[in-house]
Amino acid sequence: RKVGGVGERCFGVFSLLIRFILIQNRAGKTRLAKWYMQFDDDEKQKLIEEVHAVVTVRDAKHTNFVEFRNFKIIYRRYAGLYFCICVDVTDNNLAYLEGIHNFVEVLNEYFHNVCELDLVFNFYKVYTVVDEMFLAGEIRETSQTKVLKQLLMLQSLE
Amino acid sequence: MPAVSKGDGMRGLAVFISDIRNCKSKEAEIKRINKELANIRSKFKGDKALDGYSKKKYVCKLLFIFLLGHDIDFGHMEAVNLLSSNKYTEKQIGYLFISVLVNSNSDLIRLINNAIKNDLASRNPTFMNLALHCIANVGSREMAEAFASEIPSILVAGDTMDSVKQSAALCLLRLNRTSTDLVPMGEWTARVVHLLNDQHLGVVTAAASLITTLAQKSPDDFKTSISLAVARLSRIVTSASIDLQDYTYYFVAAPWLSVKLLRLLQCYPPPEDAAIRSRLTECLETILNKAQEPPKSKKVQHSNAKNAVLFEAITLIIHHDSEPTLLVRACNQLGQFLQHRETNLRYLALESMCTLASSEFSHETVKTHIETVINALKTERDVSVRQRAVDLLYAMCDRSNAKQIVAEMLSYLETADYSIREEIVLKVAILAEKYAVDYTWYVDTILNLIRIAGDYVSEEVWYRVIQIVINRDDVQGYAAKTVFEALQAPACHENLVKVGGYILGEFGNLIAGDSRSSPLVQFNLLHSKFHLCSVPTRALLLSAYIKFINLFPEVKTTIQDVLRSDSQLRNADVELQQRAVEYLRLSCIASTDILATVLEEMPPFPERESSILAKLKRKKGPGNLPDIDDARRHVNGSTEHSEITEHTKKGSTHPFDDPLNLSSTPSTGASLLVDVFSDSTTLAPVDVSEENFPRFVCKNNGVIFENQLLQIGLKSEYRQNLGRMYVFFGNKTSTQFLSFSASLNVHAKTVEPIIEGGAQVQQILNIECISDFTDAPLLSIQFRYGGALQNIAVKLPVMLNKFFQPTEMTSQDFFQRWKQLGIPQQEVQKIFKAKHPMDTEVAKAKILGFGVALLDGVDPNPANFVGAGVIHTKNTQVGCLLRLEPNTQAQMYRLTLRTSRDSVSQRLCDLLSEQF
Repeated sequence: RKVGGVGERCFGVFSLLIRFILIQNRAGKTRLAKWYMQFDDDEKQKLIEEVHAVVTVRDAKHTNFVEFRNFKIIYRRYAGLYFCICVDVTDNNLAYLEGIHNFVEVLNEYFHNVCELDLVFNFYKVYTVVDEMFLAGEIRETSQTKVLKQLLMLQSLE
Repeated sequence: MPAVSKGDGMRGLAVFISDIRNCKSKEAEIKRINKELANIRSKFKGDKALDGYSKKKYVCKLLFIFLLGHDIDFGHMEAVNLLSSNKYTEKQIGYLFISVLVNSNSDLIRLINNAIKNDLASRNPTFMNLALHCIANVGSREMAEAFASEIPSILVAGDTMDSVKQSAALCLLRLNRTSTDLVPMGEWTARVVHLLNDQHLGVVTAAASLITTLAQKSPDDFKTSISLAVARLSRIVTSASIDLQDYTYYFVAAPWLSVKLLRLLQCYPPPEDAAIRSRLTECLETILNKAQEPPKSKKVQHSNAKNAVLFEAITLIIHHDSEPTLLVRACNQLGQFLQHRETNLRYLALESMCTLASSEFSHETVKTHIETVINALKTERDVSVRQRAVDLLYAMCDRSNAKQIVAEMLSYLETADYSIREEIVLKVAILAEKYAVDYTWYVDTILNLIRIAGDYVSEEVWYRVIQIVINRDDVQGYAAKTVFEALQAPACHENLVKVGGYILGEFGNLIAGDSRSSPLVQFNLLHSKFHLCSVPTRALLLSAYIKFINLFPEVKTTIQDVLRSDSQLRNADVELQQRAVEYLRLSCIASTDILATVLEEMPPFPERESSILAKLKRKKGPGNLPDIDDARRHVNGSTEHSEITEHTKKGSTHPFDDPLNLSSTPSTGASLLVDVFSDSTTLAPVDVSEENFPRFVCKNNGVIFENQLLQIGLKSEYRQNLGRMYVFFGNKTSTQFLSFSASLNVHAKTVEPIIEGGAQVQQILNIECISDFTDAPLLSIQFRYGGALQNIAVKLPVMLNKFFQPTEMTSQDFFQRWKQLGIPQQEVQKIFKAKHPMDTEVAKAKILGFGVALLDGVDPNPANFVGAGVIHTKNTQVGCLLRLEPNTQAQMYRLTLRTSRDSVSQRLCDLLSEQF
């Protein structure tokens, strides 16, 4: 079932919704792609490339927000990795910007000083972390303590 | 491999990932992947049953390969098997694979749903969460059908674990978005609202999202959430920063939850209950107060989290738009941010202030920040910040500061980013028009726009300045003087030439008294630009010249000389040539009185919404123009000028882009100057009449349309790429047809507006074939008969074969050329049943009528017909050979066409095959 591109969706109906979360490195390699809307594979690839193109040209003097089609990308760079969240233009920029940081702090704690390679080798665990903190395009849990406790509990299961 | 030791050890996976990372080339990677795929496939197909661990490992490898961008066409079944494992890690990989890779694949969905059902019923919170996350991630209709009724009960059941409640709430939200109809509202809604009171803030966070989504769709059902949300918010903002422990983020209490609660409240107007309302106001004041307190941490996370809440509070204050003190406080707070060292905050403050500018309570306060905003426009490094500054200036503009703001925008335009120039041009044009007190300023501004950013000045903008000048006689003299001066510049933009040509043509007389701008000087100035201009502009200038002849008899001979010159009279461009010929003729034969009537000053334009504003609205989408949405701010002129709609198209879409160029002999020259104003109101054709169309393929004269009222006859003649068509409109009734018009979809022109009963009027169409074409032009006819408006659309029989010149050739030549056109695309063949009696003479006549020469003795079979001709178009000539083979026994024909162009072969074949 093909669903139209990002640009065709209207605002309002889906407010507060994250459209997708991307983690990319400077070279454009995707380290995580989490989609909260239906896209076909070609469209996903296009979005990944476009996001990389708009985000990597920006420097520290720029804002952490960039208009993207009818939406906006809130992003933050950590070393060589860009964490990007695509949301509605009316959404709260700073809340998502700190949402990214909160997520990164959890990853950092969980992987003990997280680095890009952790995300590569443990990609299947990263999805678990995302689902604990963001679900259905919404923020699910914000407490680092609670998330980590849950992750450690899951880790102990076999 | 730093991560492997930390993992739960899928060693094979780690090795595989390392291998992939070590691949030096894409080819090596693909090779390694193919090897792995073969390995996995053989494991899955092998006789030995795989244990859970191996299955998990291989499925995980497949997932990794898929995420690298390769297709995976197997392994789904193994993944589904993992779902029924009782080990968490195996289940998790199974669910992950399903979430990422499975889209409503019918067979599997049933199995998957079965597994989900078991997990939901397992009472194991970990398994329940995996299942809920899978539903939330996939969210397919099938899943909604299976689980939509079950999830609400999980959500509100007393014994459900908190983390499961969180997942259930968001899972329900997802299903509500994708399949609203399947999620029943019901007795659970009240209990869902009460989740806002839950002790666990994670549950409240998830529930707040769910309730916001539901409240947007049915606000009345969730009204009770207002008081609960206010109460919760109040407890959060008044708590000491450590009270909320786990939910305190860099000394800010539950920032994300606060934002969500403030969002939820934006679904509603200000609370009606006074107590709740004052409690909310207290909350908002507290949030504003906190912004003034010294930060509890120097970390950016602290200020970001705090300001996230602050901005959301301000959004709510603006949404309510009812508390003047709060609005002004919000505005002052944003004013501080305008000069903050964080670019993010400056950006957000500009953005937020833009909406504040539209509130009557805060508009004045916003205006006090004008200098800061102008400064931002000049100094910000990030173009998106400057863009916000432009937006804010636009929003805060009113009569008191319009001149300053327009001037600043104009000066910014000189260096503005290309990407936003057009938008700034539109904004300047709108502000200049809206707040013009004296129109001289308006004219200056638009001319400046053209000077600074001519390429970005769209047609709408320069049409508009002409409309306004025409409609306001107090500014006409000034406009003439100003364009005259502006045209003195050695290099001026073509848009300026257009405006200048039009305005001087209309009002040049107002400045002709000054010897420095005498008629001859004006003409010479305009004509000095002529040769550097494009065809449409030259056409406009020619019209200005004929207007000059009327305004200034003293330059008549000079202008006639220009019109008479070869470069005009024999211009390769048919439109220019025609204008030159006609204007010259008009100036020679018409008396002064007739000239004055034909070329009199344009009447005022009817008042209507500014086309510029409409354009900006289109660009930005609705809702993004907070301030300027009152459409009534235009010009005074209001006389209805019915001609305008008739003469559409001509100025906007230059007809020469059409493959078929049709033009007509205009009945009056006056209409030609109307042509720059377009509204693109082509008459919506009713049922297009084309039943007689095929009859004209092989002949040129006859009746193309007839009903009880009207008969339309045609006579046409063609030579090479040119044609002329006489259209006869016959009134079959004894009553007048009023307001008669007939216009072409390609080009507009006029006929006599009244046809007397029983009378006939004639219209002449000149036709030029520019390149090969398929679609025939439509003639739209409109008239009043009795009281009723009649709409008729007729497809005019102008077909490609009309431009045939027959070619005689010998048998030898014919076959040589036939062989040359041997590429498969060049030949089109059709075998079809005869629709008419198969008569040789009739067939011959038809082929001749089609336009080709009939070649006797070429085909060895004398029963066959062979023809040759050349299609003439302006751009090219297309040679064409055809052969028609009748089979009288079978009552069939075979038609073969070869031309150098496949589109031509096809079109000719379609046309001719219908004739037999």
